[in-house]
Amino acid sequence: MVREIDPPSIQKEFLLAALAEGKRLDGRIPLEQRKIEFVFGEELGNVECRLGKTAVLAQVTASIVKPRDDRPYEGFLLINSEIGPMASSVYENGRSSDSEILITRLLEKSIRRTEAIDREALCILAGGKVWQLRLTLHFLSDSGNLLDCASLASMMALKHFRKPDVEVIGDEVIIHSPEERAPVPLAMHHTPLCLTFAYFENLSPILDPTHLESTLCSGTLTVTMNAQREICVLSKAGGTPLSVEEIMGVVRVGVDKVRDMVKIMDEALEKDRENRVVEVR
Amino acid sequence: MSSSRIEILNDGGLRHDARRPYELRSTSFQLDTHPTAEGSSTVTQGLTTVQVSVFGPREPKSRSTASHDKAIINVEVGVVPWAQGGGGKRIRGDKRLQEIGASIRQTFEPVIMTHLYPRSEIFINVQVLSADGGILPTAINATTLSLISAGISITDYVCSVSIGLHLTQPLLDLSYIEENDLPNLILASLTNSGKITLAQMETRLHLDRFQEMLELGTEACKVLKDEMDQVVKDNTGRLVERMNVRVGGGGGGMTIDQ
Repeated sequence: MVREIDPPSIQKEFLLAALAEGKRLDGRIPLEQRKIEFVFGEELGNVECRLGKTAVLAQVTASIVKPRDDRPYEGFLLINSEIGPMASSVYENGRSSDSEILITRLLEKSIRRTEAIDREALCILAGGKVWQLRLTLHFLSDSGNLLDCASLASMMALKHFRKPDVEVIGDEVIIHSPEERAPVPLAMHHTPLCLTFAYFENLSPILDPTHLESTLCSGTLTVTMNAQREICVLSKAGGTPLSVEEIMGVVRVGVDKVRDMVKIMDEALEKDRENRVVEVR
Repeated sequence: MSSSRIEILNDGGLRHDARRPYELRSTSFQLDTHPTAEGSSTVTQGLTTVQVSVFGPREPKSRSTASHDKAIINVEVGVVPWAQGGGGKRIRGDKRLQEIGASIRQTFEPVIMTHLYPRSEIFINVQVLSADGGILPTAINATTLSLISAGISITDYVCSVSIGLHLTQPLLDLSYIEENDLPNLILASLTNSGKITLAQMETRLHLDRFQEMLELGTEACKVLKDEMDQVVKDNTGRLVERMNVRVGGGGGGMTIDQ
């Protein structure tokens, strides 16, 4: 694996000195996220999410496949999330580094294992035909905190996506093209979103670390939560040891942040809906 | 994955294997179970057995990965084909195993005093011999013991346990069946300070229950630490005794305070 050059120690000292005063290099306060921006593509289910200079493009597509024999009522959700050299030169094609595995595994856990998508609603004909959703993530640029950005992009793409309407008459399945009938949104249980906190020795945690901050920090904690005050995934591997109170502290901060993020998402979706013309005849 | 229809907690307040909610599974800790490794241990918790061997500090296999001021830690995780039903479902290079390896490495990086071993590598090999839930906690406990047995300096014992939640009742040290049915949290803590170094949770859980589970887990880790500490002290005591017999018996000039 290509190793990145460590940042100069003077930069490290400056960053830590600023943090000790509660300031960050990009002018944020410790528990403030970078500005979230969504860019919607031409198709439904194509969303680019930007978190500062970090950018992830998510694309949802659907196809019809045969379900598994032991689960005839369940559709599929596949997540493709390989981080290529486009994001940053430390990532190589074909070979996955530790950090890449952690990102893809956490994404998988927070979207698939928490049952964000109602997979039974993807069933068309029991044992015969189900929808297979494929969520493809393209990591466009890595300026720190790829995971949060990817989870935002994924959830937004899934919310934005519409699958073609189907009609079942006996054993026959008719798929209506979008021109014929308005496509239908996916059935979703909740909106899990990731929040990453970075820790520095003897300093209070910061939310949404930039690339420099995440290289210099002594550990990170990622918590996936939804607006219903539920923790879906929590992952803190190594780094500075924390007390129970410290962990509960960031989790409580997360509750409010996730609520704000869901609000931002809904507003962006609403805005997009107004501009988008969906033809129904 | 099969959705089991077992009763997690019966009317008498017992779990499916007749344990009480806060009862840990029977544990056994064995030190030095590998012939060539610098340190090794086999830890059994219930029906889960994990052997961890520590090699090093030694010269890194690839020089490019070495660090000039500290030791690097590499972890490899393997599961023997017969460890779990189904035979050979998990293969090398499996993402789940790689993730367990990464978790172990990140847990121990701040605990091992890596600055004492510059330009070297500490290689930790984890072999799961039989799996019945709680692979990661058992592997972490075994790694702590192996590092101690290898004589590598660590700042504190790292102990780990899994905690589940059935309705509102927290359960400790889950078996495979319980792990599949319950929201569960894996916790590793530094027992002297009571601080948490690893926390992993994969299933939905309401915020209000979370703190209770964290606190319970840290307590359980302390119990495990006492057990492990006893094993280490027994082992060392035995070693010291033998050294005394040989060195002292031969009229040597070496005395060891006990």
